[in-house]
Amino acid sequence: MGAITAAGLPALLPAAGLMHDPGAAGRFGDYGGRYVPEALMPACAEVEEAFREAWADAGFRRDLDRLLTVYAGRPTPLTPAWNLSAELGVDILLKREDLAHTGSHKINNVLGQALLARRMGRTRVIAETGAGQHGVATATAAALLGLRATVFMGQKDMARQALNVHRMRLLGAEVVEVTSGSRTLKDATSEAMRHWVTCADEAYYCLGSVMGPHPYPWMVREFQRVIGEEARAQCATELPAAIPDYVVACVGGGSNAAGTFAGFAGTAAQLVGVEAAGGAAIAGGKVAVMHGHRSYAIQDEHGQILEAESVAAGLDYPGIGPEHAHLHDLGRARYVTVTDAEVIDAVRRLARSEGILPALESAHAIAWVLRAARDGELPRGATVLITLSGRGDKDTTTLMEIP
Amino acid sequence: MSTVDTVTTAAGVAVGPRLRERRDAGRKLLVPYVTAGISADWTDFLTAYEQAGADAIEIGLPFSEPMIDGPTVQEASERALHRGATVPGILADLRRVRVDVPLVVMTYYHLVARDGHARFCAALAEAGVRGLIVPDLPLEELSELEQAAADAGVDLTLVAAPSGTPSRLREIAARSRGFVYAMTGMVTTGERTELPASAAEFATRLKTHADLPVLLGFGVSTPEHAVAGAHAADGVVVASALMRRVLDGAGPADVGAQVAELRAALDAAQG
Repeated sequence: MGAITAAGLPALLPAAGLMHDPGAAGRFGDYGGRYVPEALMPACAEVEEAFREAWADAGFRRDLDRLLTVYAGRPTPLTPAWNLSAELGVDILLKREDLAHTGSHKINNVLGQALLARRMGRTRVIAETGAGQHGVATATAAALLGLRATVFMGQKDMARQALNVHRMRLLGAEVVEVTSGSRTLKDATSEAMRHWVTCADEAYYCLGSVMGPHPYPWMVREFQRVIGEEARAQCATELPAAIPDYVVACVGGGSNAAGTFAGFAGTAAQLVGVEAAGGAAIAGGKVAVMHGHRSYAIQDEHGQILEAESVAAGLDYPGIGPEHAHLHDLGRARYVTVTDAEVIDAVRRLARSEGILPALESAHAIAWVLRAARDGELPRGATVLITLSGRGDKDTTTLMEIP
Repeated sequence: MSTVDTVTTAAGVAVGPRLRERRDAGRKLLVPYVTAGISADWTDFLTAYEQAGADAIEIGLPFSEPMIDGPTVQEASERALHRGATVPGILADLRRVRVDVPLVVMTYYHLVARDGHARFCAALAEAGVRGLIVPDLPLEELSELEQAAADAGVDLTLVAAPSGTPSRLREIAARSRGFVYAMTGMVTTGERTELPASAAEFATRLKTHADLPVLLGFGVSTPEHAVAGAHAADGVVVASALMRRVLDGAGPADVGAQVAELRAALDAAQG
């Protein structure tokens, strides 16, 4: 990774301590924590201890870096969106996580956690998945490292992401259909946690986003930090000002956004997280304790968690990772929403203009930039980094059904 | 911790003294469960359980994300929520009921915290509920609710799991109020054909730390399970086996009869 020269950086903000270690209690301001049944407390403590040790161990870092390079294909390129930039009058750079092995950023986190699971002596990993990208990545890492994988997936998502279900099974994973609640990511997560209670002594819970009980929101952000660090170094050579004016990423639980933001939290770049309008935890939600942490989630007037509704299975989630809630409260990052219609339009625009078919999830970030450029919210000539978190092959069936 | 006057002014039967008194008299304790709002006549289950010999009654306030509950209580929660069950509505139902049995609410932390700990606990006490179980609130996050519950005269009962280290189990036993809720095994709630093998050993281990009654729950489904569990512990909590019947259409009289069978088996085993 190229060195970043001090001369190329804008003055660091006072909040340079942002996005660091949340401490033993796993707090990001008022958010985070570890709200799990007593039965899981020892397992969470064990994961935290193992991660702290591993992350401080140069050998572990070396093993992970090597896998990220020779197996996952890192570093991923930073591609200027030449045609779209010319159309919109802003300079767009795409961080190409869609080019990582398995087709999304999820592999970064999963390789880290699978190595950790093996280091902890576990022979089996369990995971939840929405769009199936985390499930595919988990199945992939499990195959590579000789672990058994069980993936929990909502019935609704299994139908609309059938390709990924098939991929997971080809890779040797067991896929368990979840039929409770809204039959999407929220319910798959609850079911994976319930299952973990019954097998915590032998199985490692490989959580897919920056959510859940401490240490997961922190650990997953650290494993995804590679996106932001690479992008920052790449921007330093690509952009005259070294740092983009805007850094934009889609947010469900928020792992690709957290990893991207971690590279820029200490710079002057404006951080923008884009949620699905039908699952807008920050724009439409309130504080909630769910899935092991305190953050925001959409809920009814009596506190019952609402079902999200998004064309993108990976963002079809009523909550958001706790560190995003903290960044929102601080005003360090801004969280906006786009509609399904804007997302579909964004997929088509990027495909036609750049020859890149983005995942429906990633297209949320594109959609906001399209709107903000049109509305003049992005000044002409602004530089915009967008994390393209995944590729759209998995969504072709969904897209074919939309006129 | 302050022994405040509100303890004596709260309505309802206090959990700790009643259970301890009965345990000390040589009785094995039986705590049946009902999901609040499962039917229009759901409070009739309380009366039926009382008549069947319940020593306390656990009332589930349904939450949309029941993290430690298996399929039966999940389904019961979904049905109650679908019927329009809300915390204020359930507490209003309870204010109209008079039973001479301690009532213990089980719910998830989100529903406790959203209105503030003190308000939630005061609302419970006002409705005659004198016990509370919050299974997703571990020791590390407990202190605020612990104080609020004590101030309102509500016993905050903690759940102990077989995975707990000796020091955690000691702390749970010391800080729990009313009774100590012992998980039979590393399982979610739900009917089972056999009690987890760990149940008796765990209850025995936990009892060395606890002066309070220790009640085994999670998967206690039949009179045989109840007798086996209560042999090692001071009693049992029975939930999913009853709620399965309710979901299948059984009313308060039928499910009350099932509780009476559990009671009879426990009493017979005591000889």
